[in-house]
Amino acid sequence: MTALAESVAGAGGVAPETPVRPGGRRGGAWRFGVLGLLGLYFLVPIAASVWFTVRNRGTGEFTAEHYTGIPGAEGFAESFTRSLVLAALTVLIALALMLPTVVLVNLRLPRLRTTVELLTLMPLVVPPIALVVGVRSVLAWAPDYFLDTPLAEVFFAIQEPELPWILVFVYVVLALPFVYRALDSGVRGADLRTLTEAARNLGASWPRVLLWVVLPVLRTSVLNAAFLTFALVLGEFTFANILGFETFPTWILRVSGSEPQLSVAVSVLSLVVTWMLLLLISALDRRRGTKENS
Amino acid sequence: MLTALGTVPFFLYVAVFLLLPIAVLAVEAFRATDPVTYEETWSTDSITAITEGVYRRAYLGSLQLSLITAVLSAVLGLALAVAILRARRGRLLRRLVLTASGVLANFGGIPLAFAFIATIGTQGVVTALLQDTLGIGLGGFSLYSMTGLALVYLYFLVPLMVLTIIPALEALRPQWREAADNLGATGWQYWRYVGGPVLLPPVLGATMLLFASAFAAYATAKALVGSSVPLVTLQIADALSSNVVVGAENLGKALALGMVVVVGLVMAFYAWVQRRTQRWLA
Repeated sequence: MTALAESVAGAGGVAPETPVRPGGRRGGAWRFGVLGLLGLYFLVPIAASVWFTVRNRGTGEFTAEHYTGIPGAEGFAESFTRSLVLAALTVLIALALMLPTVVLVNLRLPRLRTTVELLTLMPLVVPPIALVVGVRSVLAWAPDYFLDTPLAEVFFAIQEPELPWILVFVYVVLALPFVYRALDSGVRGADLRTLTEAARNLGASWPRVLLWVVLPVLRTSVLNAAFLTFALVLGEFTFANILGFETFPTWILRVSGSEPQLSVAVSVLSLVVTWMLLLLISALDRRRGTKENS
Repeated sequence: MLTALGTVPFFLYVAVFLLLPIAVLAVEAFRATDPVTYEETWSTDSITAITEGVYRRAYLGSLQLSLITAVLSAVLGLALAVAILRARRGRLLRRLVLTASGVLANFGGIPLAFAFIATIGTQGVVTALLQDTLGIGLGGFSLYSMTGLALVYLYFLVPLMVLTIIPALEALRPQWREAADNLGATGWQYWRYVGGPVLLPPVLGATMLLFASAFAAYATAKALVGSSVPLVTLQIADALSSNVVVGAENLGKALALGMVVVVGLVMAFYAWVQRRTQRWLA
């Protein structure tokens, strides 16, 4: 399990550079073979998608209409805004939940560390579709068992199609592995113990310490976690589809039947957006690397 | 004591939104609804149903697909990682591949499916190109099949492998290779007796992770093949959206529980291998 935990760290960002033995004198040909083959495999679908969307099949003319048509497309603004709001709420709740937990586990309760680590890793291995079936079963209790109780009201309120809070709640669970890893590495890198003890000795309360000491020190980790969570929510399909809410990815699938080129254009754009989000993360990582020397 | 209270929100949250749904799954998979009276009883009907016929095929299909794609992408990802780490003037190349991996590992789901449909779908650019130039199209290959799905899954699994295995590769000290070289070891002997054993646990761990993500993948398959290919995730979605068959909901729960059990078994096997290799290395 620890090796798995280690490996998740890699998924969170870009690994630091360490000197590695340069290549040997012979046997370099396979390297070019691997690079060439995989390079082709990864580039062709992207290039083909762009070609597919800018070229009119009938006349052979080039056009950008499928891209300029995205903002005005039926349902786009609504579903995209909903996904953005869901992402922002997920980031806020995930951080509010995990920041105190990670700090406490690192500084005061090291005995709980293994348990917390295992629990945060669970969403990586439990298939999302299995989790969503379970969530659906729990939601079905409201009409079955709790009808006319305040609890049922709560159950119905979090399933409002305009802003489905239940999606936010489960997305926080999906984000746990990434948020935990990002914050944990940040806490370990900074000398939080001294800082928090100093703040405590000066009479600051724990909430105050979290807000005014821990948060500023961990800002790059926090941003890292926030961006990863944001990208995750923008692309999430399984939960929204099974629970029957329309978000950005389910919208793409819905319009693909009538407007195939529009759906491919949106897919290309979403790749570009993910790319920029993650470039931003790695730029932040590099800046931290040089600044704090951690 | 008071500080322990600070972790209560976390445990409560995980209990409600992660453990409770799974527990409910494990209980309600053993419930059955009578089609006539709508009375609920304990029963193993759903559990037996998912081990037969179309559901059995779906499990086997999912297992086959995830096993093949996990092993393939583990090999390809490892090869790519070694290739970029040992390239001579490779700093730029390395950064490029690592950033691209970070992006593409997160590029799963619906957009990925459409990128491939635009490339080698029936109306795809490459399909049309091959048809126009060679007149053979894709020559019997179909994107909307098990093989097509496997090809698409590699697109996010290989980058995931690169990202997860790079830290382990970087932990291989250059001095070990130099020591082996000085003692007259061949490249094969180095990998057989030094590099291989050190890399084995992380490679296995990464392969498990790939297996779990391929096994759980739903969005890509849904967008590409609907439900024409036997996969558990697609069968679950089908069962849940069926309003006709009474008890389909319970079937969906049983299928989902089966997925959790499969993943649990894989993790248990991994933990066992991990213990063995650690003892052997120590």
